[in-house]
Amino acid sequence: MSTDTAEQAPAPNKESLARGLTGMGWGFVVKLLLMMVVNALGVAGIMAAWNAQAWIILGASVVFLVAADWVYFSRRALPLKYIYPGLIFLLVFQVFAMGYTAYVATTNYGAGHQGTMEQAVDAALIQSEREVEGSASYPLAVVRDGDTLGFAISEDGVVEVGTADQPLAEVGGSVDDTGRPTEVAGWEIVERGALLSDQELAQQVTDLRVPVSDNADDGSLRTREGSTAKVYRSSLEWDEGAKTLTDVDSGVVYSANEYGTFVGDDGSTLPAGWYVNVGFENFTRAVTDTDYREPLIRVTLWTFAFAFLTVASSFLLGLLFALVFNDERVRGRKVLRTLFILPYAFPAFLTALLWRGMLNPEFGIINKWFFFGADINWLGDPWLAKFSILFVNLWLSFPYWFLVCTGALQSLSSETMEAAQIDGAGRWRQFRSITFPLLLVSTAPLAIASFAFNFNNFTIIYMLTNGGPRFDDTSVPLGATDILITAIYQISGVAGGRADYGLAAALSIVVFVVVGIVSAIAFRQTKKLEEF
Amino acid sequence: MTAQAPAASKASRRKPTRRSRWWGEVGWKYPFAALIIFYAAFPLVFVLSASLDESGSLSGTETLFSSFSLANYQALNDTLFWTWVGNTLVIGIAAAIGAVLMGAAAAYAFSRFRFKGRRGSLTGLLILQMFPQTIAFVAIFLLLISLGEVVPALGIDSKIALICVYLGTALGANTFLMYGFFNSIPMEMDEAAKIDGASHAQIFWGMIIPLVRPVLAVVGLLAFVSAFGDFILARIVLVSNDNWTLAVGMYQWVSDQLTARWGIFSAGTVIAAIPVLVLFLALQRYIVGGLTAGSVKG
Repeated sequence: MSTDTAEQAPAPNKESLARGLTGMGWGFVVKLLLMMVVNALGVAGIMAAWNAQAWIILGASVVFLVAADWVYFSRRALPLKYIYPGLIFLLVFQVFAMGYTAYVATTNYGAGHQGTMEQAVDAALIQSEREVEGSASYPLAVVRDGDTLGFAISEDGVVEVGTADQPLAEVGGSVDDTGRPTEVAGWEIVERGALLSDQELAQQVTDLRVPVSDNADDGSLRTREGSTAKVYRSSLEWDEGAKTLTDVDSGVVYSANEYGTFVGDDGSTLPAGWYVNVGFENFTRAVTDTDYREPLIRVTLWTFAFAFLTVASSFLLGLLFALVFNDERVRGRKVLRTLFILPYAFPAFLTALLWRGMLNPEFGIINKWFFFGADINWLGDPWLAKFSILFVNLWLSFPYWFLVCTGALQSLSSETMEAAQIDGAGRWRQFRSITFPLLLVSTAPLAIASFAFNFNNFTIIYMLTNGGPRFDDTSVPLGATDILITAIYQISGVAGGRADYGLAAALSIVVFVVVGIVSAIAFRQTKKLEEF
Repeated sequence: MTAQAPAASKASRRKPTRRSRWWGEVGWKYPFAALIIFYAAFPLVFVLSASLDESGSLSGTETLFSSFSLANYQALNDTLFWTWVGNTLVIGIAAAIGAVLMGAAAAYAFSRFRFKGRRGSLTGLLILQMFPQTIAFVAIFLLLISLGEVVPALGIDSKIALICVYLGTALGANTFLMYGFFNSIPMEMDEAAKIDGASHAQIFWGMIIPLVRPVLAVVGLLAFVSAFGDFILARIVLVSNDNWTLAVGMYQWVSDQLTARWGIFSAGTVIAAIPVLVLFLALQRYIVGGLTAGSVKG
């Protein structure tokens, strides 16, 4: 971004003049110190990315760091000095996140398709590890260095130690008669008793695989009980050139297919796969797959209905209250206003959780107080649950519209109203023909924004009903009150369950498009652009 | 003049008619207001009552204030509630400070400097801020997994990572609110300061920031409240329960054992809501102004 223009040209001169008068101010020292910290962190990040072989992160870090140094040490980038910090966060966590969503939407990233092909091969090799028949068993000492666990064994009296990342290597130490190491240089030996009493530690030890050597075909050391280790070797063999995995026991050859799965020549598949580009398949799957089609159509319809009805109902209620109490003859309006907006000041997520308890069929006060203890299952019936959500959101958001409408009513010109009165317009006629249209003009942009907000109102839906009650005619984990964003959450599996990032991202794109269209309408309404 | 005419005609009316007219036009609004207040406040009164109930479960809470006991509040000490309060404060305050600093700096640049791409950048920001970050949560989740492999502090289950994610919206959400406010400070003041030898940094920190304190407070509060109320991102990012925020932790209480944990939930709700409630009501004028200017809650 070039930032120099003719009109800005005098500014650097003045700046240098100021600096000339005050010398190296403390501001410059602070800047220098800050930039030292930034550079130190940046270089540390670049090195970490190098070690993790994360090339994209490495590239981005280098670019950001160089740009930061340029921005803060060049005189030509004055505006950027102020925009840059926020810009980084915006680029990474919003712009990139949106772009990445679009990318993931075109892949089959998800359960069974994770990482690259290399990672899938590694995972397959580990999953198919078997104990090598007739392998020697080594007396084992479990060792630790801080949080890192390792195995120590001895071969011909020489102690060898390895961890999950480091293959076995010689270290100094001593062994007892059975060949079990008793002292290992640089490592602390974990007592057997500790393994027996600490379940979590025991689990870590049985999960630990220590490669015998750098060559993966040599297999790795594992232990079942923590006192002896045996060599395990994968029953699969990876042929780099042919891109096939061969099962050495059964002779089945698994080859990579275009969907990121290893398929054997007997038709079986391996659980580990990688993700590949599938084009628009996620989008077509959403509308053609029999499992997803029906539920997603219902979810989409309810999303629109919910967003519209909740805005309309709270707008009308807020407007009604505003009309009634925008009356100078009513005393104590300030106190009333404060009491009216209590629900709005109450945190939204607590509102949803609170109403979840109040709507409880057995003990909730809604049934006890207002329905004579009837056993109405508010959140368990599809239609009642929808009604409950609208009702709770009405409680939550009518104060907003009360405030907005009160403000709008007060800004209406009283001359127009008087003119109408003189012309003999009745009160209803005044409202219908003058007040309401004028009010709509000033509140429509807010109504549209509120529609867009409720279109993605995850909190209220998820906290109140969890999207339930579940559809009972499909295996997909969606329910009668799920809106698109909660459906995406369920499908993505980020909080457990079967992950399908690809489909979830594709649905996110659909939501992006809807929000974009809605915003474009709002954009034209407000014509905010004219302000600058 | 116009105001006097109806008053005079009213005075000439007979008394009983005047009273019934008053009831028809104004008087009925008081009972109506009472009805609205009941509607708005009964859940809040209920939760206060439930938090003081000694049984600590949802059953039996229908009689308001049937017992008075602080047992539920004491029981909070045996849970991770205060850890979550601490986490929420740390994350919320960090996000608020970051949002204020970044938003103010960007607004200053857009308001005071004329540079190539300024209009375009402003338009771009305006468009970007219309797309809520939460829709991209799948991508954010995957991004944090990758980042965490390089820098664990920026990975899943890190509070710092969550703060960074929240800061992603700092520029889009706040720049406009502040931009308008900054523009209302006359440029002549900057020029006078420049002539006196002040650098652009001195003008920003020493002159502009003190002048725009009200809008800084509003932006900070809005950022804090939105971090406080966020559930979806916090839930994805924070995995282990001693890293949770209030929203994630209290959701877990209610979704696990709604009936049995109602007492501690109510007590927690009262503690969590009162500061927000007080802040909100005290600053309602500013917040309403800010809300109508852009972001919406309801």
